[in-house]
Amino acid sequence: MSTRIPLPYTPRVLELFRNPKNVGPMEDADIVESAGSPACGDMIRLYIKVTTRDGEELVERATFESYGCAANIAAASILTELVVGKSMREAWSISWKNVADELGGLPPIKYHCSILAVGALKRAIRSYYKKVGKQPDWLPEELTQEERQTLEEEKMLEKLYSGYTIKVSLPRGGGNEVTRP
Amino acid sequence: MRVSVEELLRAHGRPPREVYFDNENSGYVPREVVEEMIPYFNSIGYGHPSITHKPGWEAYEVLYKTKDLLTKVLNAEGLGEFAFVHSGTEANNLAVLGHALANKGRGGKIVVSAIEHLSVIYPAEEAERLFGFRVVRVPVDSEGFVDPEVLKEFVDGSTSLVSIQMVNHEIGTVQNIFELSKVVKEVNPRAVFHTDAADAFGKIPIDLKKLEHVDMVTLSSHKIHGPRGVGVLFIREGVRVEPVLKGQLSYEKLWPGVENVPLIAGFRKAVELAYRDFDLNVAKMREARDLLVRGILEKVSDVLVNGPSDFSMRSPDNANLSFLYVEGEALTVELSINGVYVSSGSACTSRILEPSHVLLAIGRKHEEAHGSILFKTSRYHTREDIEYTLEVLPKAVDRLRGISTIKK
Repeated sequence: MSTRIPLPYTPRVLELFRNPKNVGPMEDADIVESAGSPACGDMIRLYIKVTTRDGEELVERATFESYGCAANIAAASILTELVVGKSMREAWSISWKNVADELGGLPPIKYHCSILAVGALKRAIRSYYKKVGKQPDWLPEELTQEERQTLEEEKMLEKLYSGYTIKVSLPRGGGNEVTRP
Repeated sequence: MRVSVEELLRAHGRPPREVYFDNENSGYVPREVVEEMIPYFNSIGYGHPSITHKPGWEAYEVLYKTKDLLTKVLNAEGLGEFAFVHSGTEANNLAVLGHALANKGRGGKIVVSAIEHLSVIYPAEEAERLFGFRVVRVPVDSEGFVDPEVLKEFVDGSTSLVSIQMVNHEIGTVQNIFELSKVVKEVNPRAVFHTDAADAFGKIPIDLKKLEHVDMVTLSSHKIHGPRGVGVLFIREGVRVEPVLKGQLSYEKLWPGVENVPLIAGFRKAVELAYRDFDLNVAKMREARDLLVRGILEKVSDVLVNGPSDFSMRSPDNANLSFLYVEGEALTVELSINGVYVSSGSACTSRILEPSHVLLAIGRKHEEAHGSILFKTSRYHTREDIEYTLEVLPKAVDRLRGISTIKK
């Protein structure tokens, strides 16, 4: 179809794609955050339950839903495993590279899947502290790389559509009106 | 990044049955075709077809006998030349860029449909960049048809080349090439009409005597169970084309280098097999396709049919369906694990993360294109293959819909 690229997934990606962990919505989640969109063909939703132990907030449980490719599903799955039991501060420090490494590597074209998963996590952590009205000193105001790139991917679609110059619509056209000669 | 395929396959597992539907991208080459090729590697015809020795003459014979066969099956006696190149992509490049090279300095318009194969669209854009032609894209309707009346408005005295596929490679739309080429010549008899028939060859009858307004035709070996590595461009007498690649020309006057003789021998066999029982072959692919589509629409909800809804206007091997709420690449992997091999028009399968331009051009939304799966049936599919697919596919879609963030 369009320009293609070989996609050598690692056995770990395939394994997690086949048997993802922590799938589905969580009824008593403290935070629900998404990244990506159906139009991007890539969307992850994270559900996180937070608990407090010795004054420190920990991720007690995490689940996900994913609309995306095999790498997207595997990245979201491994991320939920990585965050459970971690303090919010430790969870915050997880990078897209950590997720990709845990998967045994990702083809470069699929880095964005790992970025999207971590982008969703960072959004979730921010929205948790916004909800409880706290601003921990380790939580920067500036967006992280993953959050910025997630935003960029979400905006990419506007760019794609703006590339279609709509000048004259032909009566028989199927919604793909193009510039007339 | 490199992965050990052996380990990957271990994680993939061994499905109980394997059914291959990715005949668009490449496909199964039957034993008869493989056996036809082998002697040409090591016992006969391994020579250069333009050198005067026995292995060269044997090679030369393969080339002209294949051209004779094409002349016969396409009813092209006395109409022009068949040029061998190494793929359908190269044949389309030769048609578009070869035309541009032969007509450079004159400029003018190159008119293509919005759903042409990229091996037509990109060379047309290159002709614009390098030689000052102007590319004009003709829109298609929601099923991929180019309306002759619409095409007429896009063609004028400055039109140099028009290229419209006989059958679309993704959605199987069968264009009315006779009418389209006629309309072009009515407006401008000097305009050259090219049709990429790679996906039509072996599936719908092609008669070049009847298609009197068609000047160039692209064919490709691997789309008819021939080996990869052979493409053909038919060029009507009097149409000017220059070689795109430069080098030593031999028997082929439009593509330098040594001809792919063993593969061309295999291609000839594949043509023979496709035409030996043309109607029966077509009936077999149509039956498999109809059984598959009917079964899927019965068993799976929220499926869109991409391309012609009237299946008589659709290539007999083609089924292109969008499974809503799931992403196509994930579905190709899930089906692969179950032994069903397909491809998708999703952005996730592409280098630039954009979905198929064909699906967008027929007005599909991005999220609809992302869930698209292309099936191409063949004469080798059995009823059991289709029944197995219909068992596996609904489960695959269900599992991924269960994980999905998007619900009905």
